[in-house]
Parts: sequence; structure tokens; C-alpha cells
Amino acid sequence: MSNHLLEVNNLKTSFFIPAGEVKAVDDVSFTLDKGEVLGIVGESGSGKSVTAYSIMQILSKPGEIVGGSVKFDNQELVGMSEAQLRKIRGAKISIIFQDPMTSLNPVYTVGNQIDEAIKLHTNLKGDQVHKKTIEILTQVGVNDPEKRAKQYPFEFSGGMLQRVMIAMALVCEPDILIADEPTTALDVTIQAQIMELMRELQKKLGMSIILITHDLGVVADMCDKIQVMYAGKIVERGTAKEIFYNPKHEYTKGLLKSIPSTQNKKKLIPIQGNPIDLLNIPKGCAFSPRCEQCMKICLEQYPAVKVFSETQQASCWMNVFKELKGSGTVE
Amino acid sequence: MTEINREIILDVKHLEVTFVNNKKSFRAVKDVNFEIYKGETFALVGESGSGKTTIGRAIIGLNDTSNGDIIYKGKKINTHLSKQESKDLTRQMQMIFQDPAASLNERATISYCIAEGLDNFKLYKDEKEKQEKIDNALKSVGLLPEHKSRYPHEFSGGQRQRVGIARAMVMEPDFIIADEPISALDVSIRAQVLNLMNKFKEERGLTYLFIAHDLSVVRYFSDRIAVIHKGRIVEIAPTEDLFAYPLHPYTRSLLQSVPMPDPRIEKSKELLIYDESKRDLSGEKPKLREIVKDHYVFMNDREKAEYEIKLEKMIKDKEESNK
Repeated sequence: MSNHLLEVNNLKTSFFIPAGEVKAVDDVSFTLDKGEVLGIVGESGSGKSVTAYSIMQILSKPGEIVGGSVKFDNQELVGMSEAQLRKIRGAKISIIFQDPMTSLNPVYTVGNQIDEAIKLHTNLKGDQVHKKTIEILTQVGVNDPEKRAKQYPFEFSGGMLQRVMIAMALVCEPDILIADEPTTALDVTIQAQIMELMRELQKKLGMSIILITHDLGVVADMCDKIQVMYAGKIVERGTAKEIFYNPKHEYTKGLLKSIPSTQNKKKLIPIQGNPIDLLNIPKGCAFSPRCEQCMKICLEQYPAVKVFSETQQASCWMNVFKELKGSGTVE
Repeated sequence: MTEINREIILDVKHLEVTFVNNKKSFRAVKDVNFEIYKGETFALVGESGSGKTTIGRAIIGLNDTSNGDIIYKGKKINTHLSKQESKDLTRQMQMIFQDPAASLNERATISYCIAEGLDNFKLYKDEKEKQEKIDNALKSVGLLPEHKSRYPHEFSGGQRQRVGIARAMVMEPDFIIADEPISALDVSIRAQVLNLMNKFKEERGLTYLFIAHDLSVVRYFSDRIAVIHKGRIVEIAPTEDLFAYPLHPYTRSLLQSVPMPDPRIEKSKELLIYDESKRDLSGEKPKLREIVKDHYVFMNDREKAEYEIKLEKMIKDKEESNK
């Protein structure tokens, strides 16, 4: 028995397409405790969304979990029956998707869709359901909720729709909220408001959040822990401070250098090359073709995990190299 | 930019764009004025629905204007042009679109995508020269001539945007409108594309109109920035001035909302939400007026007095912190 709320162990998810097996998530393990906010950062194709879908067991064909386990509250989710899963999805673990426009049903009113979630997962009946809907809409900052609940998704702006999505995800007071790029489709000003809202709600409700994004700026404030993914593997993990001020993996360092900031005008240094092709993952470190510090061993062997502190670890040969250099073994 | 060679390449005066739908009309762009100097990068920044893309499209002639003038190299272009004039203009002015997956013909090879403009304008003597031009265009954006025979779907987002840039550059334009060219790209690829566009600017003396919603990106790329809100320009200033002394409350809220990859700064940041209905809008109608040299703000006399005090204080603070 463990006391982690969520425990993911050696999770492997693959997509079987005619061209071969795409290992979207390759041996990923992490834990999430109650009230913790975990950030998963990576570019498209790094496997961050597939990790989320694997936790929720909402992978569509040809995707398949080929190994590992996902334990929520000591219950194994992999291989659980649909009927049991339905009791967990939405009620215990909720998810918000990237594009609110496509994740809501356009032919039902917004209120109707939130009602549905309440009816499915709680014992509330009749007027109480509607009351709860209005209450949650007020909580996420939708003005004039009585009127708005009767409107259809197209009558909302993107930011307001994302608030509705959050309302729907939180209405059953889940233990875990998975937010899959919740602000990528939004403007910066609206993004700031949505993040502020999520922060407030997290404090108030004390839930755990898994925040998935490609933008390191978004996770800087909110997350307790951050893990950086590349080509289906977690290449570095640590607390927000460790990741931002003392990154140990060359990819994390590159990412931090290529983000523009409004604070100063230092030169932008891009990461060279193209995003990884998951059908042809290099033999050694997957980041090696784009890495400026690439050494011979990087092409040959996948780097072992090196632990820096209780919270921080990274898989990069550079760290081993530096250590050897320090001890005088190599020049 | 030095003072002497400030030659105006594009002058937009009192521009207004109205969309009419079922007798209902909506003014997307209201009385917009700006000029772009030769060789500079001018950025238009605002959120979605602010009219920034509409302005770009109006300049290149994709949207009709309902009022005002667009003057390119001394000639009004938002009017009926002869066939030859319109052809010349198309060659000189090119656009880079936001989503490279949607803007390239998916059933055509890269070679065709790039050469379509060349074909339309017969910009080559023979087949050999045409192929050379395509090869050079591909090489200049960091792709290989071998990629010619492939289709857009075989490329990643960043590579596709490079094709989009090659397609625009092969026409040897003077003026480029880049409409959110990096919004659809991965963070790690964005800097590559920005650096590539900067390279062309230096090599060929191009002028850019750069449309974006993210102020942090614009800082690396622009000489001057115009902030647009609900179809109106609220502030225009040289890039560093705008970042050092943002005056209009909307500009300030836009600056605040950019997420910073630094937990310490993020934690201490306060969120500013711009709400026009909560502002004191008394006094006469505001206009875009110069407050210090080259720095324009949308304001009236009362606000001008306020901004002047604010500006003075900001300059003083800055000097003190530099000491």
C-alpha cells in the first residue's frame, strides 16, 4: 500500500500504425500526492497528452497501453471495466482539453451539459441540479450565470468557454484535475485570467492538478513539481525552482534559452533541428541529433538517470561527463 | 534606424474596415493611422478580435476598406488598380500566414507551392533558371533541394513554415506581412523561424509588418510596436520605449499577462485586467497623440496630463535603479 493519490509505474503506451509501432509514452513513472500541482512540459509529440489520456483510459485506437500500471487511490486503472471506470472519470479524475470549442457539444446549451455531469455523478435531483450548475458557473467567474446557462457554446468567447469547461470538470469536486494545454488556444490576457482562476480554485478546493503544456512560462508559478518530457520519456524532473534556475538536461536548458521574455532583450538561441520523428527514434539519447553538447556516447546509449537531490533527477550524459571531468578521470 | 533615411514605404491613414452581414454592420477597424519606414519591422499587437489581422489583409487587398487610404510607395492602393499595377503590387508585397498546414496546397509538391508565384509572373527565362530559383529559395530557409518533390504533409510544422517563408521570398518582395507566423509552432522551433526572418531582413533590406498577440515575441523582432484594442490603436512606440514606459492601461495589462519562465517573478506578479467600462472616460473624445518623441498614446487632454506625470515617475525610478 502506498499513500500516493496517483501512482504511475513504467507506463508504456504505443500506437500501432501501418508504418510500425510508435512508442508515444515509453516507460514513464511518477507519483502525485493530494493537493499537489504537477507540470508536464514538452513539445508536440513528446507524449505528454498521451500520458494524460492513458491515466484517464481514454485512448482511441490504434493507441494501446502495452505495459505498466496506473494506480489511483490504490486501485489499478489499467484493465478496469468500463462500468467501473465511468465512476472514476469525471467524478474522481476530470480532464480539461485544449480547445473548448470542440470539446463541448454545439447543439446543447451550456447549462444542459453541466447538468448532465451532475446527474451522472451525484445524487442531486430536479431543481438542485440546476442550482448546482448556477453555483459552479458563478464560482468560475461567468457573469450572469442564469442567462449564460441557457446559451449555446457558440455564443461564448474562447476564454468564457474554457471557464465553462473548468466548471464542468470541477462540479463533482474531483480529486485530480488534468488540464491538457488549457490555455494554448487562448490569448495571453485571457490565459493569465484562466491560470489565475485555476490557482484560486486549487487553493480553495485543495485538489491535485496535472498541468500539461508546452510553455514553460505557464508552469513557472503554479507547479510544485515539473517534469520535462522528450520523445515519450521523462528526461528531467524537479521542483519549479530546480528546473528554472538549475536545469540539468541539455533539452531543458535549450528550452529555457529559446523562450522570449519581456524582462530583457537577450539573444534568442533556438534549439537546432526538427522535432523528433517517433518512428525513427535514435539509438542513444533521443535528443542527441539536436543537442549542441552531443558526445559519442549519446549516440550509442541511453543515459542513466542521475539523481541530484530528493526531488531533482535528469537523464543526460553531460552530467556524468562533468562529474568525471571534476574527478580528473577525463579531460 | 537612423533619422536620415526614414523613407516611408507604407502609410495608412484613417483606415476603416466594415463587415456587413445581413444588413448588420460591424466596424472591425476604426480610424487607424500609422506609417511604416523602409527597412524596419513594425509590429501590430492585440488579442483576437482586435482587428490586427484585418488590417494586414486590408493592406494586401484581401479585405475591402470602407474608408481611409493605404498608400504604398506614394501610391494609393486600396482603390481600383489596373491589371498591371495590381500585378506589380502582388510581387512586391507578400504574406506569411499563421498556419502553414492550412496555407499550403496539400495536393501539390513543395516545388509547385514555391514556384506558383514564379509561374504566374513568368519570373524566369527558362526551366533551368526556375529550378535554380526554387533550389536557392529552399536552401535559404535551411531546407534541401531534395525536398522539392515532397508534399506538405511530409514536413513538420516548423519545416512547413519554412516553406511558407520560401514561397514568399522567392518573389523577391520588398514588403512582407507576417500574420502570427509562429503561433502555430512549437516553442523550441519558434526561435528558429524568428531568426530566419531576421536573416532575410538583414540580407535583403526587407520591411516587415509583423502581426502577433504575444508581446514577448515581438520584442526580439520589431523596431516599433503598435498596440491595438477593439479596432483602435491605443499606443505606438519604439520597441524599447514601449517595454520601459508602457502608458496606456491596456498595454500594461498585455505586458503583465505574458507568462514568465521564472518562478520568482511569476509569484510576485499581480494580474492586471483591462476593463474599459471601469475606466474614467470623462473629458473630450480621445485621439492618438504624441506624448514624447515617437511615442503615441490614444488619449485626451485629461489623460495626457496623467500620463505625463506617470512617465516622469517611471523615468525617475529607472534612473534610480540604474544607479
